[in-house]
Amino acid sequence: MANDSQATPKKLIEVKHLKQYFNAGRPNEVKAIDDISFDIYEGETFGLVGESGSGKSTTGRSIIRLYNPTSGEIKFYGEDISKIKHKDMLKFRREMQMIFQDPYASLNPRMKVKDIIAEGLDIHHLVKNDEERDARVNELLDLVGLSRDHATRYPHEFSGGQRQRIGIARALAVEPKFIIADEPISALDVSIQAQVVNLLRDIQKEQNLTYLFIAHDLSMVKYISDRIAVMHNGRLMELSTASEVYDHPLHPYTKSLLSAVPLPDPMYERNRHRKPYDDSIEHDGKERSLKEIVPGHFVLATDEEVSLYQASAEEYNEK
Amino acid sequence: MADNSTDIKFNENSFKKIEKHNVDEQEKISAPSLTFFQDAVRRLKKNKAAVISFWLLALIVVFSIISIWWTPSDPNAQHVAYANLPPKIANGQIPGFTGKANVGGRIVDKYAQAKVPSGTYYVLGTDYLGRDLFSRLMKGIALSLLIGFLATLFDLVIGVPYGVVSGWKGGRVDTLMQRFIEIISSIPNLVIVILMLLLFTPGLGSIVVAMGITGWITMARLVRAETLTLKTQEYVLAARTLGESPFKIAIKHLVPNLSSTIIIQTMFSIPTAIFFEAFLSFIGIGIPAPNASLGTLLSDGQKTFRFLPYQMWYPAAAISIIMIAFNLLADGLRDAFDPKTQE
Repeated sequence: MANDSQATPKKLIEVKHLKQYFNAGRPNEVKAIDDISFDIYEGETFGLVGESGSGKSTTGRSIIRLYNPTSGEIKFYGEDISKIKHKDMLKFRREMQMIFQDPYASLNPRMKVKDIIAEGLDIHHLVKNDEERDARVNELLDLVGLSRDHATRYPHEFSGGQRQRIGIARALAVEPKFIIADEPISALDVSIQAQVVNLLRDIQKEQNLTYLFIAHDLSMVKYISDRIAVMHNGRLMELSTASEVYDHPLHPYTKSLLSAVPLPDPMYERNRHRKPYDDSIEHDGKERSLKEIVPGHFVLATDEEVSLYQASAEEYNEK
Repeated sequence: MADNSTDIKFNENSFKKIEKHNVDEQEKISAPSLTFFQDAVRRLKKNKAAVISFWLLALIVVFSIISIWWTPSDPNAQHVAYANLPPKIANGQIPGFTGKANVGGRIVDKYAQAKVPSGTYYVLGTDYLGRDLFSRLMKGIALSLLIGFLATLFDLVIGVPYGVVSGWKGGRVDTLMQRFIEIISSIPNLVIVILMLLLFTPGLGSIVVAMGITGWITMARLVRAETLTLKTQEYVLAARTLGESPFKIAIKHLVPNLSSTIIIQTMFSIPTAIFFEAFLSFIGIGIPAPNASLGTLLSDGQKTFRFLPYQMWYPAAAISIIMIAFNLLADGLRDAFDPKTQE
C-alpha cells in the first residue's frame, strides 16, 4: 500500500447519529439502533460484532437502504443515501451489495443458479445478449470456485457452503465497491466457514473491495477485519483496530465478550473464567458518547469515565 | 453366504486415480436436474387416488368439450310421446339398461308401450318432456364445469393481485384492504347472489359474476398471508438490494413461490363453485330453463325420484364424482407441492 493513501484514507461510508426505531411512538417501540456513528474507509474490512438482537444486521440493512432511518444520516462517497433520487437509485444499488446470513433462504428455490447470479446483470443491463450473459455467469462461477455445470441447477441441489458462494457470485455480478456481509458464515459448519472467509478475502484483494463484516464470532471477525466495532443494545460500545479490541479491550462489555471466546488450549480452558457483564451501568441516566481514550481507540463513556478508561489503557502499556 | 465370495483380492488395477484439482469432476451433481414442477409431478404420481381423480376429471372434461359440438341427440328437443323412458342400451340385454320399468308390480317394456322405433334408445332414459337425459347430462356437466372455471378465473384475476399488493405494501394499505375484505365477506353469499340476479337477467353471466364477486376473498387472504412471509425472505431482500422493481419482484419471486398455494386453492374453489351453482339451480334461481346444468337436472330428478329414480341417480352420481375427484386431486397436489405438510 502506498504511504500517502495510508495517511489520508478516503471515507467510503459515514454513519452519523443513526437511529432506527421500529413502531416508533407506539407502545411496542423497538430501538434497534440508538444513535451510532462510525466511518468505513475505502479498502478496509470493518467488523461489527455483538450478541443477537444488538442491532448489527439492522445497521447493515439501514446502510444498504432496506430500511429508512428514523433519524441521522448515512453518507456513501459523501452523498446522503436517503436523499438519492429515484433515477440515481439504480447506480447506488450497483455500488453496494449484500451477502446474506442464511444460504437456505437467500436463493429463490424456483430459479436456476444462472438466473439467480444473472439477476443483477439483467436489472442493470450489463450484458447485451444471452451468450454474453452465460459467459459472465461462467466467469463468476469460476471466481467463487463452482463448476460451470452448476449453472442450470436449482438451489436445493447444493450444500450450504456452495449456496453461500452462489450468493457471493450474485453480489459480485454487478461489480460493487462495497459489500455488506451479514453474518455470511454463521449458518455454515466450521470446515466451510474458513473456505468462505478466505474466498471473501481473496476477492477483496483482487477487486479492491470494502467490506462491512457483521458477525458474532469474535475470532473470525478478528481474522478478517482491520477495525472492529462492538455493538450492544443498539449502541456502539467500543471501536478500534482489530488487535486493539482483541488484545486491549477497555469496555467491560467487550471484556465480557472476549472472556467467552473458547481457545483450543486445554490448560487455558480449564482456567478460563467468564466475566459477567451487568448492563445496568448503561442505564444510569448519564449521557454517553464515543470518546477517544487512546489514539484510534474509542469507547462509549461519560466525560468522567474517560480518565478511568485511560488508566486501564495505561495498565496494558505497562504490561 | 457362499465361501468363494470371501476371497476377493484387490490389486492396484481395482482402483482408479482421481485427478486432484478437477473442480468440475469433484463437484459434479449426477442426479438429473428437476424443476420444481417436475419434482411435484413425480410426487403426485405416487398418490394413486390423485392420479385416478386426475384421469377421471380429464375424461369428464373431454366429454364436456365434445358436448359443445356433438351430443347423441338435441338436449333441449322435446318428444312428449317418449316421456319418462327408462335407460336402455342397444337391445336391452344389459341389466339396469333394459328399457323396462316396474309399474304397479309388473315389469313393463316402456319402449314398446311408447311405440319407440326399434333402433332408437336412450342410454340414460328421458325426462318428463321426453328429452334425452344423457345429452342433457353431458351439456349439464359442461355448463357446471364452465361455471366452475369462470368463477375460479375471478379468484385468479382479483384474488391473487389483491393479496400480493396487500401483503407487499403492508402497513396502512394492508389494513384498509383487509377491512374492505372483511366488509365484503360479512355479507352472506346468497344475499349478494340474489341481489345480483335481481339486477341482471338470470343466466350464466350473472351467476359467474355474482360468484366471482364473493369468491376471491379466500384466495386473497391466503395469498396475502403467504406474501407476508415471502417478502421477508432473504432472496426478496437480495432482489431489492439489486434494485429490482416491486412489479418484477412480484412476477419473478413472489408468484412462482405462491404458485403452489394458488393452484391448490384453485382446485378447491372449482368444486365449491360447481356445488354453489347446483345449489342455486336447485332452488330455482340458477340457470334458466330449458338449459341443463347439474343443479337443474337434480332439481327435475328429485320431483319424480320415488317413481323414476334413474332421473336423479345419474346427475347425483356425476356431481359426486366431480366433487370427490377435485378434492382428492387438490389434496394430492397439496402434498406434492408442499412436502412439508405430509405426515
